[in-house]
Amino acid sequence: MLEIEETSVVLNGTTVLSGVSARVASGGWLGLVGPNGAGKSTLARAVAGLVTYEGRILIGGRRQAASDWRSRARAVAYVPQRPVLPPSMNVTDYILLGRSAHHSYLGAETAKDRRVAAAIVERLGLRTFCQRRLAELSGGEAQRVVLARALVQEAPVLVLDEPTTSLDLGHSQLVLELVDELRDEKGISVLCAIHDLTLAAQFSENLLVLCHGRAVASGTPADVLTEVNIRRFFGAEVEVLPSASGLAVTPVRRRVPVLTAAVANLSPNDRHLNGI
Amino acid sequence: MTLTADAKTSDRQAPPLDDIDGPDAPALRPTRLTVGHVVLGAGFLLAAAIVSILVGPAGLPAGAVLTEVLGRLPLVHLHSGLSATGVVVVWQWRMPRMVLGGLVGAMLAIAGASYQGAFSNPLADPYLLGVASGAGLGATLVVVGAPVIGQIPSDLLPLAAFAGAVLAVTATFALGRSRASERSSASLLLAGVAVAAFFTAVQTFLLQRSSPGQLSTVYSWILGGLSTAGWGQVDLVLPYVGTAILVLLACRRLLDVMSVGDEEATSVGVRAERVRLVVIVAATLGTAAAVSVSGLIGFVGIIVPHTIRLLAGPSYRRILPLSVLFGAGFLILADLLARTVLSPAEIPLGVVTAFLGAPFFLVVLRQARRLG
Repeated sequence: MLEIEETSVVLNGTTVLSGVSARVASGGWLGLVGPNGAGKSTLARAVAGLVTYEGRILIGGRRQAASDWRSRARAVAYVPQRPVLPPSMNVTDYILLGRSAHHSYLGAETAKDRRVAAAIVERLGLRTFCQRRLAELSGGEAQRVVLARALVQEAPVLVLDEPTTSLDLGHSQLVLELVDELRDEKGISVLCAIHDLTLAAQFSENLLVLCHGRAVASGTPADVLTEVNIRRFFGAEVEVLPSASGLAVTPVRRRVPVLTAAVANLSPNDRHLNGI
Repeated sequence: MTLTADAKTSDRQAPPLDDIDGPDAPALRPTRLTVGHVVLGAGFLLAAAIVSILVGPAGLPAGAVLTEVLGRLPLVHLHSGLSATGVVVVWQWRMPRMVLGGLVGAMLAIAGASYQGAFSNPLADPYLLGVASGAGLGATLVVVGAPVIGQIPSDLLPLAAFAGAVLAVTATFALGRSRASERSSASLLLAGVAVAAFFTAVQTFLLQRSSPGQLSTVYSWILGGLSTAGWGQVDLVLPYVGTAILVLLACRRLLDVMSVGDEEATSVGVRAERVRLVVIVAATLGTAAAVSVSGLIGFVGIIVPHTIRLLAGPSYRRILPLSVLFGAGFLILADLLARTVLSPAEIPLGVVTAFLGAPFFLVVLRQARRLG
């Protein structure tokens, strides 16, 4: 279980996160949504212990000591938005990096570490990739490998920062489905910052909307993702349609130009000619 | 909340992707140092050491020299038949020179490899943070100051070079470590450039005002060499170099973790900044000690690790131990060339390594561009 209580982050004198609280049950999935610069990544990084914060972040009811990196790595696994993939490292070595906090600090992986990693590799269908170099992977394969590295940490909390940013629709779904299955199977608490509101609605149990570093709405996807909220927080004009697997957020193309007064003053005929 | 991720639980689930043939999860084989690599490295070092003991201007018969060396091994009783002078040549000249060359080469190679890992920069070398300019200034001060302070003790120059090197790197570190939130190592590298420029400027100023004799002394020190090697120098550097090598070897897996960047290393439980600090301190002290007795020998810290990288892959678990073996062997051979090619004159050791190193460096650059 992950509990975030009144957490604030100040970076270089600027408050980027202010008094955010949230709670993710074991086996729960909290989606973090919000416009660019809202503080989603900062909250994810705070939970992973990568930025100093005020407030309390509890994992399994216990506060993590700021300086105990190894026990934090056993409590929280983190998938960054743009993972660093050393091009010539092979997949096996990369995935086993996730076991660093489990075996002795200077020592090598034990048989148990290799067993745990082998099981995750199998689970994510990565067996045939084991001896490949990271540079040889496609975007979707690489994201699965990064996910494997995070999962071998066997942490009860998994933090994902925009895990689908560089993926096409099919691979986005695949990665989220894998996380969802493992969340269910192992009772992991998932905190996932994500841009795509439709995917967020489909996979999250609850959503937290951040805007300018503040939590401005929270609740189930159906409560939070209303046309009014999305216009207010994202400045976007959308239609929210019910669908079999949740709801679908579809952008509506604005017919009235909103940005430039000059454009607004054109005659309807001109507008048509200019393709607006 | 206990997570069970053993092979059995996962195998019960139908894997969603790709084909899975058997029920058993395959054993993962992480990259490790193999016996073959160690045998190859040790063989190279041993061969270099033997050749270097056998060859020299004294023209001692090889068989006798070999018997002499073997005769010193415990439980072996052999008589080489070498003259007293021959015995001195072997034990007081060739042997300490070979051992010192091995120590210096091993140190420079592992320090270069470690710096490359700690800064994720394939072009980093042991002199990156100002060791060379600091040692150079220290040596220059002693040589230029000699007429002022009178007779100088023979080991003052290595001491001054060592102190200068440590001072320069300390200055780099003090200036380059900006705010704690700054996670980039770029500011450290830039500080190293600035400190090196400053120390070199002071050194150039002093040299420009010195006598031709002093200039030539400093110059030949800078070019590097082992022509004055003796057991005393081995004793002097062994504690530093030995400790540094052991510490760096212990960090070899951590350097692999650091290749994913500071933030992700931290997220898997390895505090990158702390590892970098330990690596820099160990590599700097060891390099400073090596440089203080050998002068500035360039390129070893680049050539050796990159050759190993090409042969054995990118893992520091292999690169660091093999750097010790191949670095030692390489410098012993380079020193052999330095003292035999123009015998009885000596080519500065730094010239030999750079002569081999510069073309090699270009190949590495091309390789890095292709991979990058």
